Amino acid sequence: MPIIETKNLTYTYPIGTKPAFEDVTIKIDKGEFVVLTGPSGCGKTTLCRCFNGLIPHFYSGKLEGEIYVSNLKVVNHPIHELAQHVGMVFQNPENQLFALSVEKDVAFGLENLGISREKMRERVDWALKITGIYGLKDRAPYELSGGQQQRVAIASVLAMQPEIIVLDEPTSFLDPVGAQNIFEVINRLNKDLGITIILVEHRLDLTSKYASRVMIMDKGRIILDGPPKEILNSEEARLIGVGIPKVTRLYQILKNKGLNLNEIPLSAEEATKGLLEVLRI
Amino acid sequence: MIRIQDVFFSYPNGVEALKGVSLEIQDGEFLAIMGQNGAGKTTLVKHINGLLKPTKGTVTVDEADTTKVSVATLAKKVGFVFQNPDHQLFSETVEEEISFALRNFGFSESAIKERVNWALNLLDLAEYRKVSPFMLSGGERKRVALASVLAWDPKIVILDEPTIGQDSQQKERLRQFILQLNHLGKTVIIVTHDVEFVAECKPQVVLMSQGKVIAQGSAEKVLTNLEVVTQASVVLPQISQLFANLKDIGFPTEVIDVNEATDILLGRLGDSR
Repeated sequence: MPIIETKNLTYTYPIGTKPAFEDVTIKIDKGEFVVLTGPSGCGKTTLCRCFNGLIPHFYSGKLEGEIYVSNLKVVNHPIHELAQHVGMVFQNPENQLFALSVEKDVAFGLENLGISREKMRERVDWALKITGIYGLKDRAPYELSGGQQQRVAIASVLAMQPEIIVLDEPTSFLDPVGAQNIFEVINRLNKDLGITIILVEHRLDLTSKYASRVMIMDKGRIILDGPPKEILNSEEARLIGVGIPKVTRLYQILKNKGLNLNEIPLSAEEATKGLLEVLRI
Repeated sequence: MIRIQDVFFSYPNGVEALKGVSLEIQDGEFLAIMGQNGAGKTTLVKHINGLLKPTKGTVTVDEADTTKVSVATLAKKVGFVFQNPDHQLFSETVEEEISFALRNFGFSESAIKERVNWALNLLDLAEYRKVSPFMLSGGERKRVALASVLAWDPKIVILDEPTIGQDSQQKERLRQFILQLNHLGKTVIIVTHDVEFVAECKPQVVLMSQGKVIAQGSAEKVLTNLEVVTQASVVLPQISQLFANLKDIGFPTEVIDVNEATDILLGRLGDSR
């Protein structure tokens, strides 16, 4: 039983003349790490809004087809119920934070879950520490930098430990080391706790190595879906302008010029291994 | 020329954001400022257009001390495109947005018309002339913000995080656009976390950490120096990581570019055959 399933899902915003995405049929199993990418305006963010019921409960418009998340038919369950299963980290953290302190913001979702005070304390501290913002817990979110706010938004979702976490370019304001740390945390949640991850990202050089699956959208449709290496090495991915990792590009160019590596690399480590194999022959 | 001499800056809340920064930026230079969150990058560039004045030290733009000229005078010379376009846009239509500063600078109506058209075409926005900026996508709004700054033809253009939220085709367009501006003789300064973008553009790079400049030089030199890059919370671009790993078997280390990497690898393979 997939944890997310859509059948011929099509959605049009109230002011839209054509669908933001159409005919999306996907199955995502528990424990998958999906990187969702594609050109700006292709419908990625809109599709993600269906996973926690923002569409159709908050945004009106026309939703056709079917969508089930954690065995719940999304159209029949309110956002607050879906929120217990799906955590969402938005592109712009300013839109997500509202409490007077970082700690309260992170605790907010938990207060509605009816868990014990001790357990709550434990989870909040864990989420603050793992995202590196424990020292900011008494500060007001609105006085933090964009990068710090992004960490607060991520911590708020992590504290809930939902079955599914959807992140829409969650580290765009973070410095590279900060971004890498956050991706490592997300990866551990996926590998250690089995949390299903859907990560919307343009920067595949930083993220594709964690993925079990890459989906590429273009003009409102999912056009490629499969194992990261296969998808990112495809001619179609390059032609629609997906930013494939530089070492994957290097692999392709070398291959065209007659130098074949054994494996398609996504990271510098994989490329190193592949090159050492052929160079030492 | 921009001359930043031993600049210190503290915000009213007491945070000391710059702790003795000295930097000279020549006319026509293309510079990327990188470094960890809170290192003082945005604070530093806000000194160039006079939005902030040093607590200690001096900043001069073409010999004029920024504490002695008005922000309006500096603005004509220094165009600043903010990280978040929504902090900058406010007009009803794209056309009005781009005309706004030109009106303030007292350009004639015919000059305004001409410059607005030029900027709309340059950034591929002509079809949105009568559209509200707020109806556009994030990437398009960023282009409107850029057009409204370029319209008055500033000599120095500062872009704060220009690649956030941009897909790879938009980044490639941005890269060509920046190189074109630079080719026209403009000084272009970008503040960015995007190491792969910098590896493709190959500007001069300044790394900042905790209010100080800790390294500067060509992209090839700086972005292959693991020690300073790590200190600034930046990571090596993939290609330089790869060549760092291959160093022990005699490969050069200052490689950040896919094409150069290809030539070196094929050259080496040719030798061994």
